[in-house]
Amino acid sequence: MTATRNNPFLRDKPAPDDVPERGRRDVLRALAAGVGLALAPGVTLYAFGGPAEARAPGDPVSSKVRWGLLIDVNKCADGCTRCVTACSTENGWSDTGHPLTDAQWIRKVKVTDPKTGASRSLPVMCQHCAEPPCVDVCPTGASFKRADGIVLVDKHICIGCRYCMMACPYNARSFIHESLKDQKPYAPRGKGTVESCTLCVHRIDAGRIPACVEACPAEGGGALAFGDLNDPAAEISQRIAKYASAQIRADLGTDPGVRYQNL
Amino acid sequence: MARVVYREIEGGAGFAGLLAILVAFTLTGIASAWYMEHYGHIVTGMNNRIVWGMPHVFAVFLIVTASGVLNVASLGSVFGRTPYKPMARLSGLLAIAFLVGGLAVLVLDLGRPDRLIVAMTKYNLKSIFAWNIFLYIGFLVVVAAYLFVQMERRMNRFAPSVGWFAFIWRLVLTTGTGSIFGWLVARQAYDAAVMAPLFIAMSLSFGLAAFLLVTMTVYGLTGRPLGVHILNRLARLLGIFAAAVLYFTALQHLTNLYAAEHAGVERFILLEGGIYTALFWIVQVVLGGVVPIALVYIPATARTWTGIAAASALVIAGGLAQIYVIIVGGQAYPLILFPGMEVQSSYQDGVVAAYMPSLAEIGLGVGGVAFALAIAAVGMKVLRFLPDSLSDDALDPHRQPARAVNT
Repeated sequence: MTATRNNPFLRDKPAPDDVPERGRRDVLRALAAGVGLALAPGVTLYAFGGPAEARAPGDPVSSKVRWGLLIDVNKCADGCTRCVTACSTENGWSDTGHPLTDAQWIRKVKVTDPKTGASRSLPVMCQHCAEPPCVDVCPTGASFKRADGIVLVDKHICIGCRYCMMACPYNARSFIHESLKDQKPYAPRGKGTVESCTLCVHRIDAGRIPACVEACPAEGGGALAFGDLNDPAAEISQRIAKYASAQIRADLGTDPGVRYQNL
Repeated sequence: MARVVYREIEGGAGFAGLLAILVAFTLTGIASAWYMEHYGHIVTGMNNRIVWGMPHVFAVFLIVTASGVLNVASLGSVFGRTPYKPMARLSGLLAIAFLVGGLAVLVLDLGRPDRLIVAMTKYNLKSIFAWNIFLYIGFLVVVAAYLFVQMERRMNRFAPSVGWFAFIWRLVLTTGTGSIFGWLVARQAYDAAVMAPLFIAMSLSFGLAAFLLVTMTVYGLTGRPLGVHILNRLARLLGIFAAAVLYFTALQHLTNLYAAEHAGVERFILLEGGIYTALFWIVQVVLGGVVPIALVYIPATARTWTGIAAASALVIAGGLAQIYVIIVGGQAYPLILFPGMEVQSSYQDGVVAAYMPSLAEIGLGVGGVAFALAIAAVGMKVLRFLPDSLSDDALDPHRQPARAVNT
């Protein structure tokens, strides 16, 4: 019963009136999804991690897309930090022995209810808000939101004022306190500027999924899912529509693109 | 009132020595900034939780004081209080000097101060920070114009209207400075509209205290007459401003205390915050509020240079403590990601952030103060900002004779 309830594909989702008619490709994708699920239920989330379609160089980013993450907290193991390690390896930030000043684009947070002692472990990163406070407060416009919902920092015009770090409700940003070496060419960083999770924008633009999603172990159930929140056919959207999910500090109205289930 | 004669301050070894000290502190500030930029902010006490540290405390203090110090000029031009008019030029000079000093600290604490040109050419007009850049630059222009119409005899007739404009501008500017914190919706310690009027009250108080100290120092050193009656009138005004700061501070905390969601941050600042609680109650409220108010109203001290200077110095010390508690204390208290839950992580979630200001940060902050005072000193030396006499008889010949003597 539990398995049935938790399995997003064993229930029919009532189609809202405003959902556009699905195109042939969407239908095929949904069919393929069903096949994938039937064959290997454990890897669905990974398979549905929804490889983004590669964007041709020079093509504008489309606002029809809103990239997001869905994190199933029930499947996120306490003590597992594979998503953190994958992000660090992919983007070139690491522990330099200065825990208070080292950059952390993603971290595992242990949340405990003081009344019951029940605890949860979950990854927190830039929440890629629809209404990002960091973008509002940035004096130069270095903090910006791409048309597809990814919140980034333009390292060329960031003056290092850190006002975005004051404004971010999620403690998601890091200031680079010292000189860096061995940077990844696709993830430029610089002393004196602010940075945060890019949702692996370089991978998304190449049609791949973020490193953290890819690294989340399939055998553990795959706690992380990536996809287009604006595409009703996308697995992430279907799961969000079927099962309750939450946004961190939803009361602030920032509408994060990262959602949590079973929080 | 007799015609006021303005004269440059006298030079000599005393002036040169004072200026040399100020320049030395300014150079120390520049060296501190260079050190911080060369090695990165790793050499400061700041970290990813306390992103604004001691330099911001000094910068915000100087900026808030800059707008407040202009009020002596406003007393004359806007509120028609004739005895204060001779002090308007000094008031304008100090306003410019303090603002430039504060902005210098702010800019030199940036991660990339070399990109100042970016900050001046690229604006996100939704950002209160960007608005403040316009407000700061505008303030410098408006106050410079205000000084010009006061000092150029043919333009004197424009002084009241430019004075009004400067008065309104300074209120908007301090509203902007307060709103840098007031509009931070995510943080428990900020996110309050009262920040704007609180900062205005702070500016009135710190600005007047700074004006009194500078005026007493300059007139004392140059041997020009400065009446205790006019000092006493300004000091009593300082008492009202200091009371206004206490009022808005009480309002800020009582409003928060009423909301259960803010109980944590209030308990932190008011009871359990260690250094922040001590700074709040002892330095800000008692030494920076209650004691100076008493000093300017108790007859034994209210009419003495010592009493008035002590009250002014205490207001400034309390002001620095208040801004430290607001800026650093407000960040030290953890962000609430999951209300009602306990959290822990490798990124200091859920814990009070540690911060110990480094010497470089203090050097930069003090350098900004020294730079502001050096600008003021040079200004007074090369242009006619200071009246020959601020004696009570010169300012207000019709007043009742003073009841006490200068000590």
